[in-house]
Amino acid sequence: MSGPKSHRSYVASHLRDIPRSGIRDFFEIVSQRKDVLSLGIGEPDFVTPWHIREASIYALDHGATSYTANLGLPELRTAISDYVKRGYGVAYDPQNEILVTVGVSEALDLAVRAVVEPGDEVLFAEPSYVSYGPVARFAGAVPVPITTTRHTGFRLTAEMVDAHLSKNSRVLLLNFPNNPTGSVLTREDTDAIAALAVKHDLVVITDEIYSELTYDGERCSIAAVPSMRERTIFLNGFSKTWAMTGFRVGFSCAPPEITDAMMKIHQYTMLCAPILSQKAAIEALKKGDADKDRMREIYRQRRNFIHTALNEIGLPCHQPAGAFYAFPYVGDCGLPSKEFSLKLLDEENVACVPGTAFGASGEGHIRCSYATDLEEIKEALSRMGCFVRKLRGIRE
Amino acid sequence: MDELLKLLRQNALESPENLAKLLHTSAEDVRKKIADYEASGVIRGYQAIVNEDRLDLNRVRAVIEVRVTPEREGGFNKLATRISKFPEVESLFLMSGAYDLLAFVGGDNLQDVAGFVSEKLATLEGVVSTSTHFMLKTFKDQGVLMQTEHTDERPKVSP
Repeated sequence: MSGPKSHRSYVASHLRDIPRSGIRDFFEIVSQRKDVLSLGIGEPDFVTPWHIREASIYALDHGATSYTANLGLPELRTAISDYVKRGYGVAYDPQNEILVTVGVSEALDLAVRAVVEPGDEVLFAEPSYVSYGPVARFAGAVPVPITTTRHTGFRLTAEMVDAHLSKNSRVLLLNFPNNPTGSVLTREDTDAIAALAVKHDLVVITDEIYSELTYDGERCSIAAVPSMRERTIFLNGFSKTWAMTGFRVGFSCAPPEITDAMMKIHQYTMLCAPILSQKAAIEALKKGDADKDRMREIYRQRRNFIHTALNEIGLPCHQPAGAFYAFPYVGDCGLPSKEFSLKLLDEENVACVPGTAFGASGEGHIRCSYATDLEEIKEALSRMGCFVRKLRGIRE
Repeated sequence: MDELLKLLRQNALESPENLAKLLHTSAEDVRKKIADYEASGVIRGYQAIVNEDRLDLNRVRAVIEVRVTPEREGGFNKLATRISKFPEVESLFLMSGAYDLLAFVGGDNLQDVAGFVSEKLATLEGVVSTSTHFMLKTFKDQGVLMQTEHTDERPKVSP
């Protein structure tokens, strides 16, 4: 018999080199267990408000089953333009500066691919959302994580960015409020980072998917800083603000040249976002203010609760100012993050994502999502309290 | 509305310790505020929201539209106060539109409610007419759905 002497992989080499997501590994372990109390979920526990769902049902009822314009429904783009102007203080033309995408995930991929050349460096604060590094690498760019730490509440400063700049630096990717740390950018840091971006001619991609969930301090977008609009790609969506993750709809706002470049990829790879989701998004923008305020209030109270409770059980935690994650320090319990999470799951059936899933600098932390019913949060925290006392008892 | 009141309206059984954590304040502060609300009459009581359809009670509830003649002094208040004192009356509202008062009435059976309307309510001086609607099924009460709508199908871990 003759045959190939050794197996040749059919997978492209640049993909083979990218490690599996740490979240994926952990998910597979958790999904084999029953009755897990999970603080590991990165999406709202609310169901999409009824009037928004109903708008989608109404559209389906009336035969809205077609493609839309590549950029998205004109009515939606106009509503997005109004929303961004009102909420973030930047005006974008719905004709050629707004692109409706399949979630911010698609918008992020388009944005990076639209502006980087092979070898360019993409800088971002770490611990970070899991996609940033891989998306940069898919585009042939080099991810440059900037470590933020608990000692400063995971703050990102212009000095820290400056220290990571090289001649290849091309993109600064911001995600504030941050997943997984819940930190936000202050006005002062935003201005200083903006000045640095101008000085070094960086493109800024700002993923503000959690911006409506800002609990403390002033909400400010870098896109609104003078002379930033021309070099900024502003990304936002509906998933977190209106609990619409399954609708898969987001958007980008950027100057015409960049929007057009993103559009080139979008029209050939995605064509358009689903029409029923776009119809729901219009309803959210036009009639959804009260819903987002109501959900923000509930998240804020849970944030207060989990922050106090984590510190009470002896897991030091800075107060997260946004998003729906707490990122306590577990590094003095005698176990690395991953082992801590696995043992917590094994002994107490509570799932928290190890901090290392969000980059090496997440070591010593776990991510606790409070996009979960308060009763579950209470029970999970009580079990975590027992677990931490046992761990410390063993060690002492 | 005050945040504490909103939380109590969602769950009046929540402990002062947990309320304090949610509001980033102390349990003593929460206890004091609740006592103040009770003393000043803002909080009128605490009740469970019960889905009576799940119990084998066969109780009857009705909504009654009541048209009345307002009095020269006191307007609708005197008569409304009188009507509201009947134990059969669960809720009573002054309304705009085709009738004046809307009463939610409960009884052990149909005769109970019919008897209340014909013998007590309709015979009151000032009551011009009544129109009684019996309730058949409760879908939502005080903002709470009587059937749990949704099971959480989110993946247990996600980025």
